[in-house]
Amino acid sequence: MYDIIIIGAGPAGMTAAIYARRASKSVLVLEAKSYGGQIVSTPDIENYPAEPHISGFDFATRLYEQATALGAEFRFEKAVEIRVEGKVRTVVTARGSYEAGALIIATGSECRRLGLPNEDELVGRGVSYCATCDGAFFKKKTVAVVGGGNTALEDALYLADLAETVYLIHRRDEFRGEDATVAKLKERENVRFVFNSTVTALKAEKKLTAIEVTNKSGEVTELEVNGLFVAVGRIPENRNFASLISLDEAGYAKASENCRTDTPGVFVAGDNRTKEVRQLVTAAADGATAATEAVKYLASL
Amino acid sequence: MKVIEATGANFEQEVLKSDKPVLVDFNAEWCGPCRMMKPVLDQLAADRGDIKVVSVNIDDEDELAEEYGISSIPCLVVFRDGAETARNIGFVPREAVEALIGD
Repeated sequence: MYDIIIIGAGPAGMTAAIYARRASKSVLVLEAKSYGGQIVSTPDIENYPAEPHISGFDFATRLYEQATALGAEFRFEKAVEIRVEGKVRTVVTARGSYEAGALIIATGSECRRLGLPNEDELVGRGVSYCATCDGAFFKKKTVAVVGGGNTALEDALYLADLAETVYLIHRRDEFRGEDATVAKLKERENVRFVFNSTVTALKAEKKLTAIEVTNKSGEVTELEVNGLFVAVGRIPENRNFASLISLDEAGYAKASENCRTDTPGVFVAGDNRTKEVRQLVTAAADGATAATEAVKYLASL
Repeated sequence: MKVIEATGANFEQEVLKSDKPVLVDFNAEWCGPCRMMKPVLDQLAADRGDIKVVSVNIDDEDELAEEYGISSIPCLVVFRDGAETARNIGFVPREAVEALIGD
């Protein structure tokens, strides 16, 4: 039995581990993949206080080393279920189950897919969810970005420097993202805007060769592309815990700044929580808050 | 064994003509998940004499990346008798890498 189990070893979860260990609580961190979470794919972090420039990998590794040096235990197992019985909170993984007095769910989010039939098999064969990760493969090629938020706009701008042509496909005729980025995109000669349209099919011969785009009037056009970058939002990873924490319509765990859920002794931290700003520093802040609240909760028992 | 660095010059010899199954790791220095993958593959190469683990830096070897249709990394590709038998995109833990290689 641990004092606190943290599900997810991203910046929120690992910061929670640091705070919980410094409060002398025993800590188990469960992680489905590798430590670090989404930040590992960020080549350059330039907005973390007192850290003008660090790679996501280095940031995650330093955080991991800090948490393990303080005595946090890590196990790389995916949490599939949580249970609450009296004062015991149990996390079931693919390999076993672990008990604690308090839980912190810091599972983050994953990229939303378009939901097209052959999309999954084309990931890594032309379909990507991360422009900074995979843009380098499309130098002087033709790519499309789909989406209308800041991520889509920034992806298109990033790719405009590498690719020959960038189609930016959006289902409306106005972007949700920042006007300044839209203005920069409009100055680029190699960016073509495709408004009021959605991607309705992926054409491939071993790898992606073209996309079918359908506009609001039902007209279908085919665009020859080498790559498609999907930036249509993210889905919080809360599905396995929905029985014990209430979620909003978008699937985020409902919790205020104190990171408490409806279930006593179960806290949420980071991108999977309802919040206004999802940034590295706010994830870390949630980790500190959730751990402090968990320690308070344990003391109240 | 250690992980072998492959280039366009030795890919055929090291990978396609290998007697053992080969796990090829397409990667780059700037790719965080690739750097996560490295220690897993180093350990695998050290533990398993029955396979060969080969690393291809896609920035230096863009022709190989193109030839094998790599558009996202880390990309692990398994070759047996010169033919691709399995492929995975993104970081995976050791058990998943071993499952990819197969028996």
